[in-house]
Amino acid sequence: MQTKETNKFNISNFASKLAGRQILIPIAALLLLAVFNLIADPSFYKISLDVNSAGDQVLSGYLITILDYGSELAILAIGMTLVTAASGGQDISVGATIAIAGSVILRVLCGSNSRPDELQAPIIVAFLVACVAGMLCGAFNGILVAGFKIQPMVATLILFTAGRSIAAWINNNELPVISDKGFTYFGGFIPGIPVPTPFFIALGCIIIMALVLKFTTLGLYVQSVGINENSSRLNGLNPAFIKFITFVILGICVAVAALIKVSRISSINYSVIAKDIEMDAILAVALGGNALGGGKFNMGASILGAYVIQFLATTLYKFNVKSDAISAYKAIVVIILVVISAPVVREKFKAFTVKMKTKKEVG
Amino acid sequence: MKENSVLEMRNIYKSFPGVRALQAVDFTLCEGEIHALMGENGAGKSTLIKVLTGVYEKDEGEIFLKGLDNAAVIRSPQDAQNLGISTVYQEITLCPNLTVAENMYIGREKGLGQNWKKINEGADKILKSLDIPARATQQLSSCSIAIQQMVAIARAVDTDCKVLILDEPTSSLDEQEVAKLFGLMRDLRAKGVGIIFVTHFLDQVYEVCDKITVLRDGKLVGEFEIKDLPRVKLVAKMLGKELDDEAQIKDESQVYVADEAIPPVIEAEGLQSNAGIKPFNFNIRKGEVNGFTGLLGSGRSECVRAIFGADKVIAGTVKKNGKPIKINKPLDAMKAGIAYLPEDRKADGIVGDLSVRDNIILAAQVLKGFFKPFSKAQANKLADEYIKLLEIKTASADTPIKSLSGGNQQKVILARWLLTHPEYLILDEPTRGIDIGTKIEIQKLVLKLASEGMSVTFISSEMDEMLRTCSRLIVMRDRKQVGELSGEDLSQSKVMDTIAGGDVE
Amino acid sequence: MGGNKKKKPITDTTLLLTITIVVFFLMYIGAMVFQGGGFLKAQTFFNILNTNAALIITACGLSLVMITGSIDISVGGVVALVSMCCAVYLDYLGGNVFVSILIALGIGLAFGLVQGFLVAYLDIQPFIVTLAGMFFARGMTTIVHTNPFNVQNKAFVALKDTRVVVPGMGSINRIGKYVDAYVEIGVIVALLVVVLMFVMLRWTKLGRSFYAVGGNKQSALMLGINVKRTRFLAQLFSGVLAGLAGYVYFLHVGSGAPSHASGMEMNAIASSIIGGTLLTGGVGNIIGTLFGVLSLSTIQNIVASAGLDQAWWTGITIAAMLCLFLVVQSIVMARKKKAA
Repeated sequence: MQTKETNKFNISNFASKLAGRQILIPIAALLLLAVFNLIADPSFYKISLDVNSAGDQVLSGYLITILDYGSELAILAIGMTLVTAASGGQDISVGATIAIAGSVILRVLCGSNSRPDELQAPIIVAFLVACVAGMLCGAFNGILVAGFKIQPMVATLILFTAGRSIAAWINNNELPVISDKGFTYFGGFIPGIPVPTPFFIALGCIIIMALVLKFTTLGLYVQSVGINENSSRLNGLNPAFIKFITFVILGICVAVAALIKVSRISSINYSVIAKDIEMDAILAVALGGNALGGGKFNMGASILGAYVIQFLATTLYKFNVKSDAISAYKAIVVIILVVISAPVVREKFKAFTVKMKTKKEVG
Repeated sequence: MKENSVLEMRNIYKSFPGVRALQAVDFTLCEGEIHALMGENGAGKSTLIKVLTGVYEKDEGEIFLKGLDNAAVIRSPQDAQNLGISTVYQEITLCPNLTVAENMYIGREKGLGQNWKKINEGADKILKSLDIPARATQQLSSCSIAIQQMVAIARAVDTDCKVLILDEPTSSLDEQEVAKLFGLMRDLRAKGVGIIFVTHFLDQVYEVCDKITVLRDGKLVGEFEIKDLPRVKLVAKMLGKELDDEAQIKDESQVYVADEAIPPVIEAEGLQSNAGIKPFNFNIRKGEVNGFTGLLGSGRSECVRAIFGADKVIAGTVKKNGKPIKINKPLDAMKAGIAYLPEDRKADGIVGDLSVRDNIILAAQVLKGFFKPFSKAQANKLADEYIKLLEIKTASADTPIKSLSGGNQQKVILARWLLTHPEYLILDEPTRGIDIGTKIEIQKLVLKLASEGMSVTFISSEMDEMLRTCSRLIVMRDRKQVGELSGEDLSQSKVMDTIAGGDVE
Repeated sequence: MGGNKKKKPITDTTLLLTITIVVFFLMYIGAMVFQGGGFLKAQTFFNILNTNAALIITACGLSLVMITGSIDISVGGVVALVSMCCAVYLDYLGGNVFVSILIALGIGLAFGLVQGFLVAYLDIQPFIVTLAGMFFARGMTTIVHTNPFNVQNKAFVALKDTRVVVPGMGSINRIGKYVDAYVEIGVIVALLVVVLMFVMLRWTKLGRSFYAVGGNKQSALMLGINVKRTRFLAQLFSGVLAGLAGYVYFLHVGSGAPSHASGMEMNAIASSIIGGTLLTGGVGNIIGTLFGVLSLSTIQNIVASAGLDQAWWTGITIAAMLCLFLVVQSIVMARKKKAA
């Protein structure tokens, strides 16, 4: 009898502890989607080894699509999480800056000729230049947010408006096309490896971020600044600089995502590339249970959130939902999520359960 | 209800997570009386008032108002206003982006439209009658803080109120303005308005009030006629029987003797910041405890903030052990071995959502450097060590600091700074709003640290605390250093005289 | 004191408004002097109004929510959804024009109600709520109908082609004939909205409580304002205005398409900011917003007629202007704060 009591107590304790865990939100969403697909059509999980257009043996299937396309989102989610945590706002210019960084990569690779037969510069150089461009965009946003104290959403509205135009201007509004096969590896497959490269790139980014969080105090500083700027300053931190840095880090993430994006089609479409990706990146952060008002963050949850969003999108594709209509479903998911996690709703719910309990006891 | 009472609050309960702010409090206000509500910080005065004005919802209890048959339902400040309760809060609760006139009228006129001419004329008339140097059409943010406070009072007075609540309205007013306010209060009393007056200044209580209600630790101590309760007794009631306990601290403290041969640990000359203080001089020696005293807003916090580099320093020099150092930002000060526990614990001290552990290691971590994070084991060890040392009551080191009680939060901040092993520790109001037991612990700790060789500057609104702990007091008035008292001069009356600007000095 | 006779002290709102109006006139006069041609004709100005009537209305709604310290980025999506629903209703379901107007307003009202409830009563961040609103509206638009098409409904086309002649502002055209200057019905509606909003914000209690809430929520509560209801109403108004703007937009383009009004929310926000509305809330003016829209579209016209026809210049100039205004505002406000 006694042991049973304690056991029960432990389980409920464990459950409540788990419920408080942030990462549970994306995991729950993932499970829900997974079970739904399992019931609706188990062929969703089929993975087959096919030969692609390049003649390589590659894996294909819905799950592989999720790993492939979710990766660029996961990379952005890393930077977006830091920006959100430190500045309490979001960068809505990532889609436009991906266009800029992508355009820079193509410009460096193509030189003055827009359809070169061979690359005019090594890919790594082009990527590094794109990183600089991405960091510059991030720095621009960062200065407006940290220096001029403009709300992040408004400050990044500037690049959001101008970004795609700047991207077009970088290449004189031409559409460069790369014929080099090696360039397609980043957004596709490396010969001999059946798993899409973007997944490895995302993995690399995640590992680097994990190392940064482990071997520096970035995480503590970012959270501290996001929660209480005054107090952080009085503890010797420089809140403006830390906010600035998070925007620059996001700039690097943007450059990486841009490399994948332009590699996928070996070209660029200025007005379409990475369209609405900023919304998905913000959604990933929110889905990870991170407060959009800044403060504490959970990087793993954000990354998982990114893949969950892709999971949702892929599921919808499978059921023949048009790509433009997917946003309506995403919106419903977002609303359900934010309503459930709203403090007001939680409080009401708590009050309600307490009331029910007392009623039961009285009864 | 009693015949001539305008307000009766009965058996009021209110608790916040982890704190019982009010327990079974009764309060009665009669027509045409000025009733002081007294108690130490954290005694529950503000909570009681916020319950009355509908900012907080009470957990239990009833409020009766004259002219109402049933208990009044007050769910929002709007309800309170409609029932004839107007309030002037301690912190200014007006909208800085609106004009003076709008701030006086918004939220309390009937009808749909906004008649600017009427409003501006009405406002100007009231401002003139109260001698407030502001114009109706002026944007509120362009007025000084004192004038903003006067506007808030003008708004409250103009409402046709039965109950007027003044929650520490005088802290930002100068003597003349206070006198003006008192004149106004007497006029309203003559008209039959019941006034609740909350203040920290005992003189003011004895100058205008008729009755006193004392609260302590969220409980009612009693209601007294002013003539039945001399000052000493009032203070005893406010502090409770813990008085003896506090007296012991003094016995433990040793008399500090300055060693003039060694240069001071920290010495500031002509220091001035952009927070509006006049240049001041300051020094502190090894093992010394000194303090800044003065009324709220006299510039005592601004002085220590200037030393720590929390406000932008615009003039003056700072020397450490005789050698000049440059302090442009808090980090410079921290590197020089200075630690600063800020006045406003919530806004400047705690990092609310972070765990107790992270809050403890924060400053030490910043000093240690960006690329050298404490390992999890190290952080745990340090946190546990200080939680034990300072007897911080927390469920675990992982608990977010915001769920701790005020006193324990303060201990965490204290732990944070002790962990940096400072040579010079600045404590700005470390005992504000925390329970009396913790207060005494903190005072004892200060003396212990000093005896171990740390220099401490201690600031408190409570004179007794300062007198018990400090061996030297620097007196501030109107953002200017006006005196320095030590040794024999350290007595309540002498300090009071200096603060008030008497001819002692 | 006799303060009344002195010059009226300048408020934040007036200060920022003045900057905007001066900039607009400098720009327009500059265009007249240096580019001449089209800018000397009144019709050019009226065409700016014709194209941007819907933007004026959405920008009014956005100014309102921004004054209360909130935001609404769903407006572009709502405009697209309204156009598509009305188009489908008129052409495929053979509906009548009057009911289509009610549909437009109803959609706006629905968005306003839901978003207002979530923002004000559940206290969820307005950005994320209206972001979802935008997603939802855009998605629904394609679900209602995928391909763009022009509306053929006769009554509607007649209404669409109705032109209101502005007397005395006409000009002589190339073959020497006098052509009357005109505006579309949408412009009349937009100007009516501007006037009503201006009156509401300036002379009603409700209007002033929007400012109070935006200035300081806590204080507004203490001053006896129903903060939740005020925030709810702001979001509601913005939704209804977006519905109305949707119809005005529909009336101007006469078609339904999922890509309609893309980026309109950002243009509306930009217009409000250029018009002197602070995103932090509490400061703003509808007249400024009108001038914000005009400045924005004038600069687009200047860019277009300067031969820089490529689409990218528009984006860059708008962004540059926005950047300039944000920085100027930030500096002006910081200075003012210091002075006080």
